[in-house]
Amino acid sequence: MALKNWALKKSPWIFHLCTGSCNNCDIELLECLTPRYDVERFGILLVGSVRHADALIVTGALTRQCVPRLKELYDQMPKPGLVIALGQCACSCSIFKGSYNIVGPIDKIVPVDVYIPGCPPKPEAMISGIVKALGKL
Amino acid sequence: MSQIVPIGPYHPLLEEPEFFTLKVEGERVVDMDVRIGYNHRGIEKLAESKTWDQDTFLVERVCGICSTSHPIAYVNAVEDLLELEIPERAKYIRSVVAEMERLHSHLLWVGLAGHFIGYNTIFMWAWKYREPVLEIFERITGNRNHYAMIRIGGVRKDILKEDIPDFLKAMDELAKKNEMLTKAVIDDPVLHARLKGVGVLSKKDAVEYGVLGPTARGSGYDIDVRRDAPYAAYDLVDWQVITFQEGDVFAKAAVRLLENAESIKIIKQCLERLKELPEGDFFVPVEEIPVGEGIGHGEAPRGEVFHYVRSDGSNCPIRHKIRAPTFQNLPSFKASCIGETIADVALITAAIDPCYCCTERMVAVDVDSGKRLFNGQDLVRLCQEKTERIRDKMKG
Repeated sequence: MALKNWALKKSPWIFHLCTGSCNNCDIELLECLTPRYDVERFGILLVGSVRHADALIVTGALTRQCVPRLKELYDQMPKPGLVIALGQCACSCSIFKGSYNIVGPIDKIVPVDVYIPGCPPKPEAMISGIVKALGKL
Repeated sequence: MSQIVPIGPYHPLLEEPEFFTLKVEGERVVDMDVRIGYNHRGIEKLAESKTWDQDTFLVERVCGICSTSHPIAYVNAVEDLLELEIPERAKYIRSVVAEMERLHSHLLWVGLAGHFIGYNTIFMWAWKYREPVLEIFERITGNRNHYAMIRIGGVRKDILKEDIPDFLKAMDELAKKNEMLTKAVIDDPVLHARLKGVGVLSKKDAVEYGVLGPTARGSGYDIDVRRDAPYAAYDLVDWQVITFQEGDVFAKAAVRLLENAESIKIIKQCLERLKELPEGDFFVPVEEIPVGEGIGHGEAPRGEVFHYVRSDGSNCPIRHKIRAPTFQNLPSFKASCIGETIADVALITAAIDPCYCCTERMVAVDVDSGKRLFNGQDLVRLCQEKTERIRDKMKG
């Protein structure tokens, strides 16, 4: 386990999953990769498949259609893996609470390691959240 | 023999979940379909359970990128219901925020389009130049996105006089960078070869599909709500509608880049006017919403946003209808993608700047038979049956 955790901390690869967000957290997450914040400096990389990922970043309030997909993607992620709830919707459903199509928040379905609240969280908050998640290992 | 290529719903190319099926023969796309609904949050229904003031913040969360256009269209609708005239200062502030949003949205699109064609330099440049816009947003409104700037009867916060010179300076710098970016795209021979003649949407198709915003203006279809039905301060400042005739991806990119320059022009004029107007007069208090209905438009970065509200005199709307531009723009891929190669499909669908979280709709389906419940005919049948019942009652 120690070796796995060491490898995980070194360069966390991230898979981004949108489960019914308004696009804003997703854009701000992408912002982290661009010149101002540039998290690739630290080896944090967005990957195309969850099978390559060390951390699953989930945004959005979790709509009915996304529940089976979230479960499936969580099962496909190699363990140990981190689940990060990004944005107020993923943490608590925010303003969408009570809608007929919302199942969330996501910790009803998958265990969450770190919550990053905010609507949307600032890129600094995201980076700090990921650092805290790595500190937990 | 044709084959089917599925893209999505979770695909590295796509920011949001949606599911495309491409029917291909070799490299050519012969048919295409899209399935949405992964992001449906039931906002129209939720709006009926929230108060008029809360709805401003709810409709903001329809879409993270057009997060001022929706509230503006919504408050236009409510102000139409109220027949309310907002203070001049509020009009200018609304225009400043709306145009800044257009700037950041178009820069974001240019970046993503650059990424799609393998020009990561454009991606990084555009997103770097977008940062000062977000910084100004943070200074004006307190947040980088989701500004919560608009309220019924005006705006929530004032733009302070002492901040205006800084904003003007930032706009001047951005204008230079935008010009550089525009030249880098428009004068690049590789981009000409790559983007010209790809995904052409003719003017006839544009009119038939009812496309909106830069997608329409790139096809020579000259519509812009800001000019055609002015709201906020668009009739008080001097600017132009940009149109191109070609209808290909290049024209759409050029429209957006040149619109950025127009946006900067509008923002600068508005800020100059804000210097002269007295501070503090930026909203009229609204106590009650009477019985009635109202409609409101707004030109979002992607096209016209339309909101309809109906009030029964209570503190919540009893009906709130939203139509976002991508709902109109998206089906135009039937005209622009079919016949193109599969390598261009991602670019052509990206060229309308789709925003799927605005587009989401819901249909009720019977699980056993797989049939749609309540299609158009069913609704007509239900309506006729009700008439029958009433008639029977009256007879009896």
